[in-house]
Amino acid sequence: MQLGDNISFAFPEIWLAISAMALLMIGVFIDSKYHRFISFGAIFSIFVALFLVNFGTASENASLFNGAFVTDGFGQFSKSVIYVAAIFAIILSDRFMERERLARFEYPVLILLSVLGMSLMVASTDLISVYMGIELQSLALYILATFNRDSRRSTEAGLKYFVLGALSSGLMLYGMSLIYGFTGATTFEAIAAGADEANRIGLIFGMVFLISGLSFKVSAAPFHMWTPDVYEGSPTPVTAFFAAAPKFAAMAIFARVLVEAFPAATDALSDWQQVIVLVSILSMVVGAFSAIAQKNIKRLMAYSSIGHMGYALMGLAAGTSQGISSVLVYMTIYLIMTIGTFACILMMRRPEGMAENISDLSGLSQTRPGLAIMFSALMFSLAGIPIFLGFFAKLYVFMAAVNAGLFVLVVVGALSSVIATYYYLRVVKIIWMDEPAPEFERDAGPGVKGVAILSTVLIVAGIVVIMPFLNIAAEAAAATLF
Amino acid sequence: MAGSDFLLEYLPILIFMGLAAIIGIAFLVLPTLLAPSNPDQEKVSTYECGFEAFDDARMKFDVQFYIVAILFIIVDLDVAFLFPWAVALFNPELGMDRDFQIFAFWSMFVFLAVFFIGFAYEWKKGALEWR
Repeated sequence: MQLGDNISFAFPEIWLAISAMALLMIGVFIDSKYHRFISFGAIFSIFVALFLVNFGTASENASLFNGAFVTDGFGQFSKSVIYVAAIFAIILSDRFMERERLARFEYPVLILLSVLGMSLMVASTDLISVYMGIELQSLALYILATFNRDSRRSTEAGLKYFVLGALSSGLMLYGMSLIYGFTGATTFEAIAAGADEANRIGLIFGMVFLISGLSFKVSAAPFHMWTPDVYEGSPTPVTAFFAAAPKFAAMAIFARVLVEAFPAATDALSDWQQVIVLVSILSMVVGAFSAIAQKNIKRLMAYSSIGHMGYALMGLAAGTSQGISSVLVYMTIYLIMTIGTFACILMMRRPEGMAENISDLSGLSQTRPGLAIMFSALMFSLAGIPIFLGFFAKLYVFMAAVNAGLFVLVVVGALSSVIATYYYLRVVKIIWMDEPAPEFERDAGPGVKGVAILSTVLIVAGIVVIMPFLNIAAEAAAATLF
Repeated sequence: MAGSDFLLEYLPILIFMGLAAIIGIAFLVLPTLLAPSNPDQEKVSTYECGFEAFDDARMKFDVQFYIVAILFIIVDLDVAFLFPWAVALFNPELGMDRDFQIFAFWSMFVFLAVFFIGFAYEWKKGALEWR
C-alpha cells in the first residue's frame, strides 16, 4: 500500500499523537496529585519527537500522502525549534500552576496536541493540510487561554481568541477556496504550476485573503487586535507559550505557503511582496507606538511581539533564500528572548499574588540584583542593541531586505526600532533608577530560574555560542524551499 | 487586456451587489424620512403576548446542556463518518480493491480508537452524569 510506506516519515507526529492520547488516559485514571508525572511524560515525549525529527527516516527528504506533507530541512528546523519551545513552556508552568491552583494534567496534554498541530502545519504542502494543522493547534490554544476558567479575564481572553481565530480561519478558508477555484489545485506545487495571466486577478484575491488569515495567526498589524487582551488575560506560562511556539509555526507556514505556492518564477512574488511590505510596516509602527503607553508588562510584551513580527515579515518580504533564512534566524532568537522575558515575569510575585505592572519592577536592582540584570539584558536584546543577540536578528532581516531592494521598508524598520528602544529602555530605567517597590518572593522554582538564566546567557554570549550554528542551519533550511 | 475580460465575467455579481446595497439602504432610510414617528412608552416596550415582560431574556443557563449538545454533535459526526464508510467501502457492486478495503477498514478503527479515548476521558471526568 502506497499510503503505508509514508508512515515511517511521519513517526514524530504519530508518536506525539499517541503519547498525547496515552497521557490523557493515564492522567484521567490516576490520582490528580500525580499531575507532575504527566508533565514529565509530555516533556519526555517531546524529546523523543525531537530525536525522531532529526535522526531516522523522518529526517530524510520526502513528499508524503499525495503531496499533503513533506519532510525537508525547513520542516526539520522549524519542528526542532517548536519542540524546544514547547518543552520550555511546560517547564515554566510547573510552579506557577501549582500556586494558582491550576495544576491539572490536561495542561501538558493540550500543549502536546497543539505541538502536534504545529508540527503538521510547518510540514504541510497542501492548503487542506495547512488548514488542518492550524485548526489542530488553534483549538488546543483556545482552551489553554481559558485555562484559569474561574478568572473573568482568562475566559474573556479565550473567548476573544476563539471568535477572532474563527474569523481568521474563515478568511483563510475563503482565500483557499478562491485559490482552488482559479487553479483547480490545493497542493502548492500545482497552484504554482496553474497560475497564469488569465487567472491572475482571482488568484491575487485568494492570496490576499490567505495572507490576512495567516497575519492573524502571527498577530501582525492590522490583524493584531486580539494579541494584547489574550496575552494579558491568559495565565502567564500560557502567554509565554503563545508568544513562542505558535508564532514560530505560523511564521514558518507563512513563508512556506508564499514561497512554494506563489514562487518568484510565476511573477506572483511581486504581488505578495507589496502586501507583506505593508503588513510589515504597519506591524512595526503599531508595535512601536502602542507599546509606549502600556502599564502592564504582559501587554507591553504583546505589543513588542507585534513589532517583532513586523521585523520578521521584513525578511519574508525579501522573498529570497537569504530572506527566509533571516526569518528563521529572527524567529529563533525572538523565541529565546521572549521565553527568557516571560521566565523573568513569572518571578514577579508578591505574597498577595502575581505582579504584572511595569511599576512593580521599580528599584528591582536594589532588591533583586540578579533578576534586574537578567531583565535588563533581555530588554536590551529585545530592543536590538549591539552585542546582544537581538541585534543580530535585526541585522539579518535588514540585510536581506536591503539586498532585495526594499529600502523604504528598511528605513521604516530602523526608525520604528529607535522608537521601540524607548519603551524597552524605560523598563530598564524603572528597574535601576526608581525607588524600590516591595520585594518579590524568591520561590519561583528551579525550572523558571533555570530558563531565565539559560536564555540570558544565550542572548549575551549568543554571538559565539549559537550564532554560527544557527546561521548555517537556517540557511540550509531556507534553501530547501527554493 | 486579458485581465479586464476576466473581470467582466464577474460584472453581474458587481451589479447585483450594488443593487442589493442600494435597495437595502433605501428601505432603511426611506421609513425614517417618510413614515410618521411619534413613539410612546407602550409602542417601544417589549411585546410579549399582551402582558409586560417579567424577566430578562439573557439568563444563566446550566453548562451541562452545552456539554450534552457538544457530545451529541461529536457522536453525530461519528455516525456521519461511519455510514458512508460502511455503505460504500463494502458494496460489491463498486468492486473496491481488496487491499484498499482492508486498509480502509483498519483506518476507521484507528479513528474509532481516538474517538474512544475522548469518550473514556469524558466518562471518567463525569461529563455524562447529570448533577
